[in-house]
Amino acid sequence: MATASDFPPRAQAAMAAVASRPASHQRLGEAFWTGLAGLFTLLALIPLLLVIGYVLYRGASRLDFEAFVSLPPMPLAEGGGFANALVGTVVMVAIGAAVSVPFGILAAIYLSEFSSGAVARWIRFATNVLSGVPSILMGVFIYGIFVVTTRSFSAIAGGFALAVLMLPILVRTTDESLQIVPVSLRWAALGMGASKLQTVVRVVLPAALPAIATGITLAVARAAGETAPLIFTALFSQYWARGLWEPTASLSVLIYNFAAVPYAGQRSLAWAASLILVLTVLLASILARWVTRK
Amino acid sequence: MQEPTRSDLPSPAQVSWPILSTENLSIYYGDFLALRDVTMAIPERKITALIGPSGCGKSTLLRCFNRLNDLIDGFRIQGQVFYYKQDLYGETVDAVQVRRRIGMVFQQPNPFPKSIYDNIAFGARALGLQVDLDELVERSLRQAVLWDEVKDKLKTNGLELSGGQQQRLCIARAISIKPDVILMDEPCASLDPISTLKIEELLRDLAQEYTIVTVTHNMQQASRIADFTAFFNAQADEKGKRSGYLVEYGTTDQIFQDPQEEATRRYVSGQFG
Ligand SMILES: Nc1ncnc2c1ncn2[C@@H]1O[C@H](COP(=O)(O)OP(=O)(O)OP(=O)(O)O)[C@@H](O)[C@H]1O
Ligand SMILES: [Mg+2]
Repeated sequence: MATASDFPPRAQAAMAAVASRPASHQRLGEAFWTGLAGLFTLLALIPLLLVIGYVLYRGASRLDFEAFVSLPPMPLAEGGGFANALVGTVVMVAIGAAVSVPFGILAAIYLSEFSSGAVARWIRFATNVLSGVPSILMGVFIYGIFVVTTRSFSAIAGGFALAVLMLPILVRTTDESLQIVPVSLRWAALGMGASKLQTVVRVVLPAALPAIATGITLAVARAAGETAPLIFTALFSQYWARGLWEPTASLSVLIYNFAAVPYAGQRSLAWAASLILVLTVLLASILARWVTRK
Repeated sequence: MQEPTRSDLPSPAQVSWPILSTENLSIYYGDFLALRDVTMAIPERKITALIGPSGCGKSTLLRCFNRLNDLIDGFRIQGQVFYYKQDLYGETVDAVQVRRRIGMVFQQPNPFPKSIYDNIAFGARALGLQVDLDELVERSLRQAVLWDEVKDKLKTNGLELSGGQQQRLCIARAISIKPDVILMDEPCASLDPISTLKIEELLRDLAQEYTIVTVTHNMQQASRIADFTAFFNAQADEKGKRSGYLVEYGTTDQIFQDPQEEATRRYVSGQFG
């Protein structure tokens, strides 16, 4: 075999070109941008870590058994808990999800799979507008049409307000997850004689499921933390609600009510409730990732 | 049909400075040995065809030549791959530079979802080449025999072309940055006979300037266009795992008319696989 120096000049140049790893200034450039991106990632993480850290620091001391089983304390009392608020949040988020998930997902399936250009454009536009509406307006809206007509603040009203809040998030994330399923996959199914509906249900939806599940988690987490829509709809209660048609406590409104009062007992409970809220959101996200990993 | 000069070709082993060569190259995906102990040399500015039954590692070998396998988890090699005399997997080698010089065209046409013009201009823009883009687009499309069909609609999306046109667009895109080598993985597999013939003619033209290594399952195609042909086969080991290996490599005439191995004779005459 020939040695390197036997090769013609053209080949010599070509070899030199591939063998000289990026000139050091280019590599510096790449390292610089990578480093910069890393730095900003860290910066973006700092608020998150600070929030979690501070809430943990303030809330952990009151995160005892009593907090989970008792009712909120009166202004000058010690101890107490957020049992009714925890249950209230779970119930209202569940109502919100039960209403919005089917609607949102079906709407998104229609949008991405069955609708034609103009209609889809308008619905997408409307959804974007809806997701931009401040959440306090959702509360006022439900107050106006629901609380006023039923003459009572209630868990149902709160759940509906959360549903309106979750709806655009669900439509958008589901719509996007469906649209990134490759066309060739749909054609493969249609080409086997599957109907449009079978294609969507058996091929497109399963392919998009992980992304849709992430969207649902996002919406649920967002709803669990919302205060504004609940102030006008579920209000708050120091006591256990006797049914879904009664004013109902929630963690977020409890935090809103108790965080800035002069009473130490209520303040520390607000921190404990914050911690629970943060942990729930964190847990939900981790759970969603873990489920969709498989 | 046969080119008169082809029978004068020396055997590839006698070529003094092959543009690509491997030495005792074995390729693994994780623990799985996909290709075993390949030593072969690919001459410059010729067309070399890789043939053999499905799963014998042709695509695997092809992707080794421009380090595209690097992107696959668990991929590793033993032995060496050379570009001229430069070890492609050597310490200082820049895989991006390698792919800039050793381009690839895939079995499925894969135009970017951009205009025809932007598809071709992509490489030059990405590499920051100071060239006249209009001129580059026209020259590349002409070389790929697509110009006349698309010259009036350069702004339309590349995905709106027919399959054969898309494949020629991909070839035009590959040659726009003037690589030394074009690797092709069954470039005609999804095309009709007319598009196939067009691409075959195109490859013969391109071979004046470029080195082409192509995988094909079509024996007639290999015999029509290739100067050299390498036949691979797969063999099961004791545990039943099938690894590919190079059976025979020579000029296309020798492989098709005077194969030394029984397996080659049976494969090229269609009695096998
Ligand atoms: N990304 C990968 N990960 C793991 N194994 C792979 C991968 N790609 C290919 N293989 C395995 O390597 C072997 C060779 O595959 P390769 O695609 O190179 O075959 P081929 O000769 O190109 O076949 P065909 O003619 O069907 O295209 C096969 O057994 C295949 O299963
Ligand atoms: Mg292959």
